[in-house]
Amino acid sequence: MNDYRTKDKVINFAFVFPALLIFSIFYLYPFFYSFILSLHRSDGIFTYDFVGLAHFRDIFQDKAWWRSLYNGGYITFWALTFQNILAFSLALGVDRAIKTGKIYRVIFFILPVLSEIIIGLLMRTILLSEPGILNQWLDKIGFGFMIQDWLGKEHVLLTTSLVHCWKGFGWAFIILLAGLQTIPEQLYEAARIDGANYIQRFSKITLPLLMPVVSMVIVLTLLGTMQAFAMILALTRGSGRLTEVPVMIIYNHLRGNQVGLACAEGIILGFILVLISFSMFAFSKWVKEKS
Amino acid sequence: MKRLFGFLSIFIIIFTIPLVFSGCGSKKPKDKKIIIWHWMNDRKDALENLASQYKNLTGLTVEFKLFSPPDIYSQKVIAAARSGNLPDIFGILGEKKTMSSFIKANHVLDLTPYMEENDKSWENSFYPQALEVNRFRKNNSYAIEEGIYGVPIDLTVMEFVYNKDIFTKAGLDPESPPETFEEFLSYAKTIKETLGINGFICGWGEGWLINALAVEWAINLMGEDKFIQTIEGKVPYTDKQWVEVFSMFLKMEHSGILADNITSMINKESEDLFSRGKAAFSFNGSWAVNVYKQLAPDLNYKFFPLPKISDNYPVKIWGGAGSSFMLHKFSKNKNDAVDFLKWITSNNQQNFLSKETNNLPSIKNCQEGLPEVLIDIVDVLDSLTHPNIWPINENSRVLEAFNSGLQQITMGLKTPAEVCAEIQKIKERVSTK
Amino acid sequence: MIIKPKKLIGLILLHTFLISVALSCICPLFWMINASFKTNEEFRNDYGLELAHEFNGDNYKRAIFDGGLGTYFLNSVFYTFITVFFIVIFSSLAAFAFSRLQFPGKNIIFFIFLTAMMIPLPAGFVPVYILLNKLHLANRIGYVMAMTNMGLSLSIYLLKTFFDQLPRDLEDAARIDGCSKLRIWWHVGMPLVAPALAVVIIVNSLTVWNEFVLASLMFTNAKLMPVQVGLMEFYNKNVIDHTLLMASLAIAALPIVTIYIIMQKHIIKGITAGAMVG
Repeated sequence: MNDYRTKDKVINFAFVFPALLIFSIFYLYPFFYSFILSLHRSDGIFTYDFVGLAHFRDIFQDKAWWRSLYNGGYITFWALTFQNILAFSLALGVDRAIKTGKIYRVIFFILPVLSEIIIGLLMRTILLSEPGILNQWLDKIGFGFMIQDWLGKEHVLLTTSLVHCWKGFGWAFIILLAGLQTIPEQLYEAARIDGANYIQRFSKITLPLLMPVVSMVIVLTLLGTMQAFAMILALTRGSGRLTEVPVMIIYNHLRGNQVGLACAEGIILGFILVLISFSMFAFSKWVKEKS
Repeated sequence: MKRLFGFLSIFIIIFTIPLVFSGCGSKKPKDKKIIIWHWMNDRKDALENLASQYKNLTGLTVEFKLFSPPDIYSQKVIAAARSGNLPDIFGILGEKKTMSSFIKANHVLDLTPYMEENDKSWENSFYPQALEVNRFRKNNSYAIEEGIYGVPIDLTVMEFVYNKDIFTKAGLDPESPPETFEEFLSYAKTIKETLGINGFICGWGEGWLINALAVEWAINLMGEDKFIQTIEGKVPYTDKQWVEVFSMFLKMEHSGILADNITSMINKESEDLFSRGKAAFSFNGSWAVNVYKQLAPDLNYKFFPLPKISDNYPVKIWGGAGSSFMLHKFSKNKNDAVDFLKWITSNNQQNFLSKETNNLPSIKNCQEGLPEVLIDIVDVLDSLTHPNIWPINENSRVLEAFNSGLQQITMGLKTPAEVCAEIQKIKERVSTK
Repeated sequence: MIIKPKKLIGLILLHTFLISVALSCICPLFWMINASFKTNEEFRNDYGLELAHEFNGDNYKRAIFDGGLGTYFLNSVFYTFITVFFIVIFSSLAAFAFSRLQFPGKNIIFFIFLTAMMIPLPAGFVPVYILLNKLHLANRIGYVMAMTNMGLSLSIYLLKTFFDQLPRDLEDAARIDGCSKLRIWWHVGMPLVAPALAVVIIVNSLTVWNEFVLASLMFTNAKLMPVQVGLMEFYNKNVIDHTLLMASLAIAALPIVTIYIIMQKHIIKGITAGAMVG
């Protein structure tokens, strides 16, 4: 009987085994391996020299790294404000427009479905001043005064942020809409009978009930935007540091055979992101308890 | 239970497939045969042709094995070195540091004795700088024993190039390219103003391209010695002459001749734009001959040396590092392999190669096979410079700051003085470690 | 029913807002497809802003056959298909076990999977790339395995919640011998979680199809490149040829958009579910 049980357990475990094996090789091992690598300098070929925390010291003094964090933060700022407010108001609007809501939902989600490379390259073609598609179009519809070098040094970071928001709002919209639709209609009915106006209904019912979803969207936006890379690479290629984001630096260091440095940067970025998202969760919990 | 084993064995098979594939190393041939690994896709046919000529001549089989593209090749060679499966002859891609790692790990044969046979006749047949790429001098910074560790089979140089047709249209003499920086600026400006065509285009999104140009100007202004002293840390980047070198890029920016978004452009893009007449000048490698031929066979262009910024020192051209072959230290066919390399770097074969592949030969007095556009370049082959022939190389973090600093100057974001100060700061930081 | 004027104005404003945002999403895509049917001469005159007179498929032909986009496309189909196949098999097996079977360390292992889903590993591609190179797996197989890993955690979680909701009768499965368990997983479990499987398949297909970073590091050989990496290469080699570029982007975008429009219900459900989990 005992023998049967052991066999049973082994068989049961075999169900998990393939997933666990792949997961260990490609997640767990790399996770710890990157800590080890970050303490070494490699010639990229045969030898790894232990250098201790030298890479981390280097990164903390590296202006380019902080600049990239600033750039990432700037784009994130726009994603948190512009993108999410837009997504939220669209979700509120579509939630009310019941009949046409489906069509809007389908359209708004096209961009998140497309790849970052497609969006980046398409917008590069449209925004570059040569051939200058957007500028030509603006000229044609009488908005000639808005013509500018969209990817030129003055605007490139803002343009990149807006393209990022444009690509991403649909995704926040879908989640917020799903959140809105879980709020039972009866609550609104009851409030209406009590004579609450739209603003009151919004602040007393919608907002509190939606709070968990909103804070989740905020965290996911933060994590997603700080790790954005491929779209920016396709759109601007970093533009001489102006739109260089952390992952781009890591990617370039990896390509330049500076493996240890790249790992150290990855760890620092990961640490920052974990810190931010945990404090966000703590904050939203605090808000919840207070209200 | 049987089924469970069946399904477990499927996973085992899935996970062992890669091992089977990676196990396909090179097998020992029965007949004597020289095996050469290379990455030069464009030269595959020419090299195989040479191998069959050699077989007819000597009866010895030489087998070229192509692994393309270069990245795959690099991985292949590194993996083979680790597992002790290197072929008789191979190439090492990358910086000189990479080559030194291979030598340190005892994979590469020192060719000095062969080079020095018969009054150094083999050694002397090469352009000195071409050989310098594979040479380690006494007390070199890589701590490699003095010697020559590779045979260059061709050369690559970085030069300016201009579109003759655009010159004609702008009323300039298509046969006289600018010689000085001032001339270069004014020509480019004229073209920009009369034709509205970009004056200058280059893949400056790739740091090394902007770096190569700055180095050429630096050596022109301060001489190679002072330049090397900067790398050694004896001269600061804040030196007046360095600031002057950097300010050339600011001048280019101010004059408005640079193509839009030049710092987000990669070389392939700039080659494409130049070949379609979208810019009058560019800065590119001699490989561009092949590229332009494919992109626009009718392009009417010409190479010319660096427009100089001073008369202090002679102009040196970035180049020398073409393709080289190394010998496996423990190859059983050492002498035959050396003979083949000697044959392939002799006049007839070099002529054949440069004719077939539009590459510059690595040996002197060998121009018959060259396409016309490349013949002008031959004059400069005696004055080449390249990181691989300097005694010491700049730290990669400093280089990074150097290159992105240049990009930022070109975008008008920072002044040359600011950038120089920043580079120097990083230089001091990394050298204290 | 009569609509009050105040409400009518509100509705008009609302729809103007919604429609203008919707147009901003569609117009660039429409422009892309329109431009892809033009010749470069036409494009130079009107910048692709006027409707194409005819459906000129030349650019598509050139992109697919001369530009190698056909190869990239087929590669992507291959990677996506194989990866999603592995994810479905491995994650449903694991989820079934986590939900229905007993074995030591079950909770800890499941917890590890969950944590992996939560903790971001930015630049996780660095150690993975180094590892693959070290194992001489920087090839198709290595890529598929690494991508399989990327989808596992979320898929296991989604499927487990579904398996948990299944009727308790299946509990008996725990007491039956090995091959019957496998049979129950396949014949009973899988059909019942079909809706969740659809979500898993769709979400992961999108991820794999759109993945760029790891692929761009691993595949320098044009014969192996998936379409995202191929597009970058193609763009760099043909910067001037705008109409050709737009055709190439359209080729990469169309299948995704088509599948999306057909299956948008599942996709939106899947994305929402995926996000809610995180």
